[in-house]
Amino acid sequence: MNSSPQKFEDLSATGDNADGGSLTVEQAIANLESEDLGLRFYAAWWLGRFRIGEPAAVTGLIKALEDEADRTPEGGYPLRRNAARALGKLGDRQAVLPLIACLDCSDFYVREAAAQSLEMLGDPVCIPPLIKLLAAGLDGEQLVSQQPDLSQPYEAILEALGTLRATEFTSLVKPFLEHPIELVQYAAARAMYQLTEEPAYGERLVKALAGERLQLRRAVLADLGAIGYLPAADAIAQTLAENSLKLISLKGLLEHQVNHTTPTTLSEGAIKVINLMDSLL
Amino acid sequence: MNNSDLAQILIRAVQEADSSERLVDAVQELAAAGIEESVPTLIAALGYNNPGAAVAAVDGLIAIGEAAVQPLLELIDDYNYGARAWALRALAGIGDVRALDTLLEAAKTDFSLSVRRAAARGLGTLRWHQVPAEKLESVQTQVLEALLLISQDPEWVVRYAAVTSLETLAIAIAVTLPDQASRITNQLQQILDTDADLGVRTRVKFAQEKIQQQQHQEVFAPKRKLQETEVEVPHRGGGRR
Repeated sequence: MNSSPQKFEDLSATGDNADGGSLTVEQAIANLESEDLGLRFYAAWWLGRFRIGEPAAVTGLIKALEDEADRTPEGGYPLRRNAARALGKLGDRQAVLPLIACLDCSDFYVREAAAQSLEMLGDPVCIPPLIKLLAAGLDGEQLVSQQPDLSQPYEAILEALGTLRATEFTSLVKPFLEHPIELVQYAAARAMYQLTEEPAYGERLVKALAGERLQLRRAVLADLGAIGYLPAADAIAQTLAENSLKLISLKGLLEHQVNHTTPTTLSEGAIKVINLMDSLL
Repeated sequence: MNNSDLAQILIRAVQEADSSERLVDAVQELAAAGIEESVPTLIAALGYNNPGAAVAAVDGLIAIGEAAVQPLLELIDDYNYGARAWALRALAGIGDVRALDTLLEAAKTDFSLSVRRAAARGLGTLRWHQVPAEKLESVQTQVLEALLLISQDPEWVVRYAAVTSLETLAIAIAVTLPDQASRITNQLQQILDTDADLGVRTRVKFAQEKIQQQQHQEVFAPKRKLQETEVEVPHRGGGRR
């Protein structure tokens, strides 16, 4: 999914833990209003990457959501995108309403980043505006078209609705299982599992792990980790993909197990997942 | 057909594979043959940026075992961190102590977290019986110091790998370095109390259970252990004659 590189960023190739030394928090916050647009863009990313949740950082990033200075030739808003992504990571709910406003932005990637960050912030107040965007692809409870519809960030929207447990809108999520773009189908299956807890949707993702394309298998690993679907454990360990991604996915299963069982002893499922993870190190 | 002819055919199949799937199949077949001659080709397959081929090659190298260690140490790719991570996984799987310095350096200093992860794991799978008795204490202490450091890595997966190795080391040194064992249990407890990552904390709990089980066995069966050590010496001599 479009969101997966973001989720995997902490396992990026560089594993950069030294890069942060080049900026201080004060500098980064100040740089959000720098004359140099490149510095603003970098500062917004940096504040998110290093989880700088100080009030001044949050305020500065919220202000950057209305930036007009930084534009791409196509009319996109690079600084707004980065600010929206950063605000999801800072966990400050002041950002919820400004991010909801971003769902109306003309830039697809700003809308996508806003949906992802709203998912992370977890405030259900964003569900109706997300549904409004989702409805662009729907005619009643059917997909508008069988042609790939790229007008809205459906993956991010569907994932957010699943995470936010928008169960009253399950019937609007379900049609996207048939969307012509596979990544959107997976996002729908993931959301449907979260909304209904029916194993059939988890199994649909497991089946996708055997698919041909590495890019899709990677996306499905992220989805299965996010929903913590234990019956997928062996399939995750065996799919052809990088161990780093399998480990993140299995960690999702493990944490789900621990969060849903008694804290004193490890469940059988948790021990199974641990043994699989150990074998992938 | 002898092994060498077979190896040449299988190696050619790897070199001529023209799709991702054919490459995976060819590497799997070469790895399954388990022929020493194939080691350089298997090592090369670690660098093709094809996870399926790399997994198969790692399995093959581990199966070949000691004969693959020297070539792995010599052919480690300093410029391709993906290949390096797989090579360290192979070394970890073999557990040969000739890889010790490479593992220590990679676990502590490599910029790639996949490499640090594989190396941290490898420090826990070393075959201690290969170490001469007079060096065992100092080598185990060196590995212990390294693991205590690596268990504070900024990346969760490296800390996770370090915990798995602290677990096996705690069990190994219960006999050789009992005085040091508390340093491991203290560190594990500290990770459990303070680590930000639930996955890492869960792995610590599992390690603590394993170590306790081991201690339990030692309390109730010390005699059996002692006997095993005693019979080992004449047995080895007998083998030589």
